[in-house]
Amino acid sequence: MDELIDILKEIHPDVDYATATNLVDGKILDSFDIISLVSEIADKFDVVVSAEHMIPENFNSAQAIWDLIQKLEDEE
Amino acid sequence: MLFTSYKFIGFVILLVALYYVLPKKAKWPLLLLGSYVFYYFAGWKFLFYIAAVTVITYVAGLLISRNKVRADARFAELKALEKSGSASPEEVGKEARKRYKEAQKKKRRLIMTIGIVLALGILAVVKYTNFTIHNINGILSVFGSTKRLGFLEIALPMGISFYTFQAVSYVIDVYRDRHEAQKNFFKYALFVSFFPQLVQGPISRYGDLSKELFTPHKFSGRVLERGLQRVIWGYFKKVVIADRILTAVNALIAAPATYKGVYVFLVMMFYALELYADFTGGIDITIGIAEMLGIPVKENFERPFFSKNIAEYWRRWHITMGTWFTDYIFYPISVSGPMLKLSKWSRKHLGEKVGKRLPVYLASFIVWFTTGIWHGASWNFIVWGLGNFVVIMISQELEPLYRKFHKKVNTDGSTAYKTFQVGRTVLLMSALRLFDCYRDVPLTFKMFGTMFTTWNWKTLGSGTLMHLGLVRSDYVILGLGTILLIVVSMIGRSGSVRDKMEKKMPLVARWGIFTLLVLIILVFGAYGQGYDAAQFIYNQF
Repeated sequence: MDELIDILKEIHPDVDYATATNLVDGKILDSFDIISLVSEIADKFDVVVSAEHMIPENFNSAQAIWDLIQKLEDEE
Repeated sequence: MLFTSYKFIGFVILLVALYYVLPKKAKWPLLLLGSYVFYYFAGWKFLFYIAAVTVITYVAGLLISRNKVRADARFAELKALEKSGSASPEEVGKEARKRYKEAQKKKRRLIMTIGIVLALGILAVVKYTNFTIHNINGILSVFGSTKRLGFLEIALPMGISFYTFQAVSYVIDVYRDRHEAQKNFFKYALFVSFFPQLVQGPISRYGDLSKELFTPHKFSGRVLERGLQRVIWGYFKKVVIADRILTAVNALIAAPATYKGVYVFLVMMFYALELYADFTGGIDITIGIAEMLGIPVKENFERPFFSKNIAEYWRRWHITMGTWFTDYIFYPISVSGPMLKLSKWSRKHLGEKVGKRLPVYLASFIVWFTTGIWHGASWNFIVWGLGNFVVIMISQELEPLYRKFHKKVNTDGSTAYKTFQVGRTVLLMSALRLFDCYRDVPLTFKMFGTMFTTWNWKTLGSGTLMHLGLVRSDYVILGLGTILLIVVSMIGRSGSVRDKMEKKMPLVARWGIFTLLVLIILVFGAYGQGYDAAQFIYNQF
């Protein structure tokens, strides 16, 4: 999780990822940020986030992103 | 049957009345029948196109869904066999199950691809054949050939870009397991053809629209009232503002040799107002009619002219088209295997900064190229789309500079700075829209240039404005109408205007206002002698 927070902090340093639950719905992360994030996740966690996973619910909070990574790791 | 024709108004009144009179079971079939009757009036031949797109995407969705159900059942079966130990691990073990799952997914992807290619193929043939021929002829001419290909006589079916995109999104969403396929062909046909949104969208998703579309709604005076209010507001924008200023826009762009310099700036401003009033007015009518039937349709605008930059503007203008391109083109391209490989390669060879941006910029380029050509088969629209891409990329690249500036200069909450940002967005978007106005790309650039080379501001005061097909009273109506649009938009920033009216005003006062609005539409609508209501701009897309 810490590794994920580091990636997120690199994209938007001023967001409190421990409490934020509307990263996409609140327009904090835009589509550019999400692609950078997916690319970083692919590098660091060796999982492929495909287009079908690109829904706001999967990216609205650090926890949701973490859950998605876990799910993809399980599927591998 | 234009939205602004008496025939259409009569059609809607009859349909809404029948909808609430008929028994529950007959309600959605009535909507399907009504939608096809509406489409028939656009041209009976066009019915074949919409029927073909419906059949193709219905079959694709159904096959994908059936495969998924079968594959899930078999997967569970393999798991059970492994648990019971009645089959070898090579046949039913984790690896075997994974292989099976991937093979089935591949099958589903193939079905989806065939469905999309066929549906988009119809759109491509009717919309882009003559554009392709035009370009081939251009290339032949460059190489000195006198041979020319003949153009085909193909009429563009009304709303084909909208219903095709809606049908394609359905197939992809079934593939992505967002919802199940609709088994009832006629219900699915209604989703594709729902008449209020056939003309110019919004591009609805099956998951958002289907439930309420097929639910039989009971009559409610409140629902009817709110829908009707929205329809009236839409007609006000279209008939009083858009159709009035259209005359001046047409006069200005028809004579570019005469109307240079400051008149190009006028085209920018007038066309911005025309397009906004026309498109949002049409969407108000669409959403209002659907509301009268108790069916909520996704909003397509969120006060776009109050945006602080172009990226934000595109999140607030034609929202359903923007999210369509993001979900079905931008994301799939950006996170595709080849793109991630390219990203890795470029990080290694071109540096971290370029590597991170490359996939996003490449995917954005494709999205904006597609957005351009979706709007129309001409280089004007392609250049317009790529112009948006360039501006968004520049502003993205300048982000660090903006951050530095904001650290030094505190603009938080500054009204002056916000006004500057909004003004900048309006000017940029209006300048880009010039491609929508002038005959070709070189002329558009030339006309844009005249704003800086031809200083004819003073001629504005010499009565030229009265030669654009509008008289003084028209300008007064347009001025007051624009002020009303801005005021309503500002009130709407903190919530629905109709909600506020409902809470604060008695019924008589509310209806007093809307009756006045109807009178204004009747008296001040841009009818005139030999009135021929203008087609909605987005209808031709």
